[in-house]
Amino acid sequence: MSTPRPWAGIGDALARVGAHGLFLLQILAALPASLRHYRETVRQIWFTGAMSLVIIMTCGLFVGMVLGLQLYYVLSIFGGTAALGTVVSLSLYRELGPVVTALLFAGRAGTSITAEIGLMRATDQLAAMEMMAVDPLAYVAAPRFIAGVVAMPLLACVFNALGIFGAHLVGVSWLGLDNGTFWSNMTSSVDVWKDVVNGVWKSVVFGAVVALIAVFQGYTTAPTSEGVAYATTRTVVFSSIVVLAVDFVMTAFLM
Amino acid sequence: MPGPEPIAEPTRDVLVQVRGLRTVLGRKTIFDGIELDIPRGKVTAVMGPSGCGKTTLLRHLTGQRAADAGSIRIDGAEVTRLSRQALFDLRERIGYLFQNSALLTDYDVFENVAFPLRQHLKLPEEIVRNIVLTKLEAVGLRGAAGLMPAELSGGMMRRVALARAIIRDPMLILYDEPFVGLDPIALNQVLRLIRTLNDTLGVTSVLVAHEFSAVARVADLVYLLAGGKIVAHGPPQQLREDPSPWTRQFFGGEADGPVPFQYPARDYATDLGFAQVAR
Repeated sequence: MSTPRPWAGIGDALARVGAHGLFLLQILAALPASLRHYRETVRQIWFTGAMSLVIIMTCGLFVGMVLGLQLYYVLSIFGGTAALGTVVSLSLYRELGPVVTALLFAGRAGTSITAEIGLMRATDQLAAMEMMAVDPLAYVAAPRFIAGVVAMPLLACVFNALGIFGAHLVGVSWLGLDNGTFWSNMTSSVDVWKDVVNGVWKSVVFGAVVALIAVFQGYTTAPTSEGVAYATTRTVVFSSIVVLAVDFVMTAFLM
Repeated sequence: MPGPEPIAEPTRDVLVQVRGLRTVLGRKTIFDGIELDIPRGKVTAVMGPSGCGKTTLLRHLTGQRAADAGSIRIDGAEVTRLSRQALFDLRERIGYLFQNSALLTDYDVFENVAFPLRQHLKLPEEIVRNIVLTKLEAVGLRGAAGLMPAELSGGMMRRVALARAIIRDPMLILYDEPFVGLDPIALNQVLRLIRTLNDTLGVTSVLVAHEFSAVARVADLVYLLAGGKIVAHGPPQQLREDPSPWTRQFFGGEADGPVPFQYPARDYATDLGFAQVAR
């Protein structure tokens, strides 16, 4: 009798998690060798970080503006519009900044990492590196992983800053909230370690998760155009699910 | 006095020794106990019909793909048992020309050829430049040093990949289909280059190819691979005159012979539906 499909699906999922874990160990083992390729790492940080700035800044601005508008409406019901700066900044620092940045990062940088490595696999570039005695894990995988870990928290900080600026634009410049109230309530309510740093920690972990999934999917893709397309899709789907799941776990521990 | 055991003690004249190589992919037996010796300092060609496993053989030789059984010795090192680091050390002494060139698409021609130098040696930029330009000159593409791979034709990409394969003056160069996509001028130059590398530097070359006319001009020894076995071997001239059905079919380009032209299939008439009409 064949195995019932639900159990087979769980088995596949666990095997996939295990494969990602083993791949992470391989990348970590290749990190010392990848230090020799620091220029490639800097190039990847520029590619995944600096090249993602436009989408992160734009989205951060609009998310902040929407937050400002919605929260101003809700708070005005209770006569608490003075707390707008506090509520917006706490939402951004603790949750929206790291999570939305990670989802955007998966869509912008994660997909390009997967597609790039997948095409390198399909066109034998990784095999060529192996034949030139250059370890692709150290030259290709590890720099992109490090780039994700470094770029994500920086992008999340930019996202937060633009989000607060957007909320200020709506709340203060448009809806007439007092500027001093907006900033003073925010600075008095936000704790650097509990709110800001915990959010940064989250973004570091999310960066590692998205970069690991993106690199793994590219590295193990079937060497066909369809294989690269599926791998790119899987990067976005898996990254989104895992980021939200890890966010819940980290929030539970960091609260 | 009995001669030395060939598997344990490769002779000085043999750089690559393959014994009992067996590979099964899915249900298909690619190699069924292949044995071959690649003489040091010679040009050896491995020929055979499409899909007979020529590229797979090169991948076995370089440890890119593990065989199911057998022994592969390169310069005394048992490739099948080498650690990853030892394999990398061995590959530093091997040049490999990929069938599809496998140039790094983010780098220009110069950086592609310089890549192995930059990765393994700390040389002054001036020396790197001189070595790279010398190799590019040898393949006739010194003027294309600044072009990106996307700007090259297939034949030019092949020649850049060849320059990259020989950049570190390896002891062994493996060419996977080196003549595909080359015009007659470039073909002549590549043939001359392969021969010159052997004659002047004593490099050992293994090339996998279909073009017997080109192979005959450059190879010292030819192995004919078919049906998972080495069916004939010898100098090109000897193989050309060999009366066996394998060599006659392959070198004569005949559809009928021991190598079937048609992939295994159902009866043709049945496939076309004639059998149903008759019933």
